[in-house]
Amino acid sequence: MPHSISTTVRRKDAVAKAAGTMEYLSDQFPVSPLHGKCYYSSIQRGLIESVSLPEVPEGYHILGADDVPGVNSLHMIIEDWPVFADKEVRYLGQIIFLIVGPEKDVILDIHRKIRVNYKEIPPCTTLEDSIALKGGVQHGEDNVFTRYDIHHGQVDPPFESAHRILEKEYYTGHQEHVYMEPQSLFAHWEDDSFILHASAQCPFYIRKSLVNALGMEPEKIRIIQTPTGGAFGGKEHFPDVLAGPLAVAVYKVKKPIKLVLDRKEDMAYSIKRHPSAIHIKTALDKEGKILAHDIDIRLDGGAYSSCSAVVLARAVFTVGNVYNIKNIRIAGRAFCTNKPPSDAFRGFGAPQAIFAMESHMNYLAYELGQDPLAFRQPYLMKQGDPTTTDGKIHEKVMLPEMTKRILEMSGYGKKYQDYKNIPYKGIGLSYFFHGSGFTGNGERDLIKARIYLKKDHNDHVYIYGSNVEMGQGISTTFCKVASKALDLPFEQVHFVEPDTEIVPDSGPTVASRSISVVGFLVQKAAEKLKKDWKSGEEQTIIQDYEAPTHMVPWDQNTLKGDAYPAYSWGVNVIEVEVDPITFEVNTKGIWGVYEMGVPIDRQIVEGQIIGGMVQALGYSYLEKLEFSDGRFRQATMSDYMIPTSMDFPSTKSAIVDNPFEYGAYGAKGAGEMVFDGAAPAFGAAVSQAVDTIIDEVPVLPETLMELTDEGR
Amino acid sequence: MKDGKIRFTLNGREVVYEDSPLRRLLDVLREDLGETGVKEGCGEGECGACSILLDGKLVNSCMVAMGTMEGKNLMTIEGLRETEQGKCIIDAFAEAGAVQCGFCIPGMVMAAQSVLQDSPHPSEQDIRKGISGNLCRCTGYDQIIQAVLTASEKGEGLW
Repeated sequence: MPHSISTTVRRKDAVAKAAGTMEYLSDQFPVSPLHGKCYYSSIQRGLIESVSLPEVPEGYHILGADDVPGVNSLHMIIEDWPVFADKEVRYLGQIIFLIVGPEKDVILDIHRKIRVNYKEIPPCTTLEDSIALKGGVQHGEDNVFTRYDIHHGQVDPPFESAHRILEKEYYTGHQEHVYMEPQSLFAHWEDDSFILHASAQCPFYIRKSLVNALGMEPEKIRIIQTPTGGAFGGKEHFPDVLAGPLAVAVYKVKKPIKLVLDRKEDMAYSIKRHPSAIHIKTALDKEGKILAHDIDIRLDGGAYSSCSAVVLARAVFTVGNVYNIKNIRIAGRAFCTNKPPSDAFRGFGAPQAIFAMESHMNYLAYELGQDPLAFRQPYLMKQGDPTTTDGKIHEKVMLPEMTKRILEMSGYGKKYQDYKNIPYKGIGLSYFFHGSGFTGNGERDLIKARIYLKKDHNDHVYIYGSNVEMGQGISTTFCKVASKALDLPFEQVHFVEPDTEIVPDSGPTVASRSISVVGFLVQKAAEKLKKDWKSGEEQTIIQDYEAPTHMVPWDQNTLKGDAYPAYSWGVNVIEVEVDPITFEVNTKGIWGVYEMGVPIDRQIVEGQIIGGMVQALGYSYLEKLEFSDGRFRQATMSDYMIPTSMDFPSTKSAIVDNPFEYGAYGAKGAGEMVFDGAAPAFGAAVSQAVDTIIDEVPVLPETLMELTDEGR
Repeated sequence: MKDGKIRFTLNGREVVYEDSPLRRLLDVLREDLGETGVKEGCGEGECGACSILLDGKLVNSCMVAMGTMEGKNLMTIEGLRETEQGKCIIDAFAEAGAVQCGFCIPGMVMAAQSVLQDSPHPSEQDIRKGISGNLCRCTGYDQIIQAVLTASEKGEGLW
């Protein structure tokens, strides 16, 4: 392959997907001997006082906490989420029973006859409820799942000597993933092993979560990933939650069972993006220069911890954004509330943090009467600058070049000036960055990725790892990397669908780590194989993760050091027009310039950019998810609005190359970063259009109407 | 509907159906007839993943009861992919990179066929409108629109 790695090739999976021959889980098992249906808690919070179960016909079963062969908890980051609710329920929608049997209508009839009597407890529906320990403490001593406190420089002295102190609080809401393929699992028993087919991001996570619950050796639990119809974080841990009850049922019944959520159940009870409240207080000197930030981040973690700890970590390590501020203090807390648990979603805490910081920079500029773009320039990070965790920016930072590029593409400068005098039109800009891979020492100490490269006697090479194709193009990009390193035709390199029995654990498909971390292992393994190439012979290469040597060592106790080995960088511009009567926002232009090392395939990366941007604009404007009386009011795809082809114009993007020494052919992460910048840029554009400060997303027409009526 | 049987044409062949008239066409296609290219995304007529052409019109098969199928002419992705038009669209989707997770794409290909049937030389706006009943959470639509434009250009004369 003599051409650049970025040159587009046809995706390995393109024709099968377009022609409808790609078989997702429900296509592989269109009819199942047994079906499963969950029985969910109908209250938000309470104690289960008694249950009354109907007699079931032969062949039907109701499984609950008493049937768990091992420990009634799923091992995620911590073990707080039970397989089945036993004594208490913490959210409306928590699984209490699983009903299995051959006929769906009989299952529904059994479902209708189950009675659970609760002693209700006042639920925590807001962060304030949780902080006030309403209804009594639910987690630890203070309802806090995780707390992080970091500081850099000295924060109190600048506040004492400040000429002016400005502070404001920013809010972001829930978001639903709406992967097009709902949560789908099919499980059976074979010999003395449990086998699960799953539409999932992390086969080894599912296995780990089941070990204690089933009381079985990991090797007796086999997870086979099926082609996955979208995930965005929604299939990182949530398949564990469904796999638990299903595994208990299969363990007991020893027959194949299919568990596919219908869309309504999926939307009502699956995990969501963490809502956030972020307070930023800033000390300024006489000239309006930033002396220090004091930041408080609160995330609504929902009923169980799941991965709130890690989402919070990313929010805390990212909230400083692309600015070198000498003195900064960041406190972060994730709280327990009585809502469906919040969990992973593309961006993983960064979009919330970046929305707050970028909106705050606009607010500061607005209060100081300065141009928001010019105001930011003195603080933009440069190579060698310290990070908020006292690590270092190792790469050359291309923000000046990227700024120039996006100003040319979007005409931001002139439009910004013009729209000062044209009501209801606005344009906004945002900067952002996203760390590649797990935070801190996660890759080195926790994940320890391993991949295999196997060559058969026909000289075809197969890539074995646990990172899954879920739309982002990994089955193509991994093959491109190996093909280039081996100097072998692309058609001769193949991606093996993850199956815990045959692939090594290269870690979960999360954290923008697949290409930057695991892809690099593929490249190194391929280089080894090329050196030792024996045509016509079977060969296997094992490649383990080795931590880059350039990093400032991470200390998990003090949270000091390099939080990430490298960052991807971006700048977005959004232009809007607001209808003066209805206050609906019409997006007129979308621009993005990105630095993600080197794109492994330009078309695949562009697809990520456009898709991520539109998903983020949905988050910014359309995707309202209100919570009342224990449930989300937008419970179906008819009333939870995700963008259609008519909602936003086409996206204009550009990519700036800046090879990363430890990424596959220079690549850094791309999948999440593309989500990070749209909400603050959209907020900034709407702020200009209606001459007010936007401090929350989604930006709803009714909110704009109220803001304008109040004359704010 | 003589003798309680429902007869319709599926991708050019006659099908005789003898089960409940209340079943959804989507389930019959997937479970009885093996047409698993037709996907269930929402089950309430919102997402378009189960799109088919019913007497030439783009329809969500999750919203069609079998009792209404007598004498109808039905095309699914399984039928379309065998035609020159279908091959052209599928190739254009692959070339434009207009597939990510792929779950909505067979339905999107049906919508593309519907757009091109109505207007062999569609504008970007025609395409945006024509595929707006089909939700895609991955692509942001631009590459899908490019695919339909490419199909229109390369498939000159096919529609």
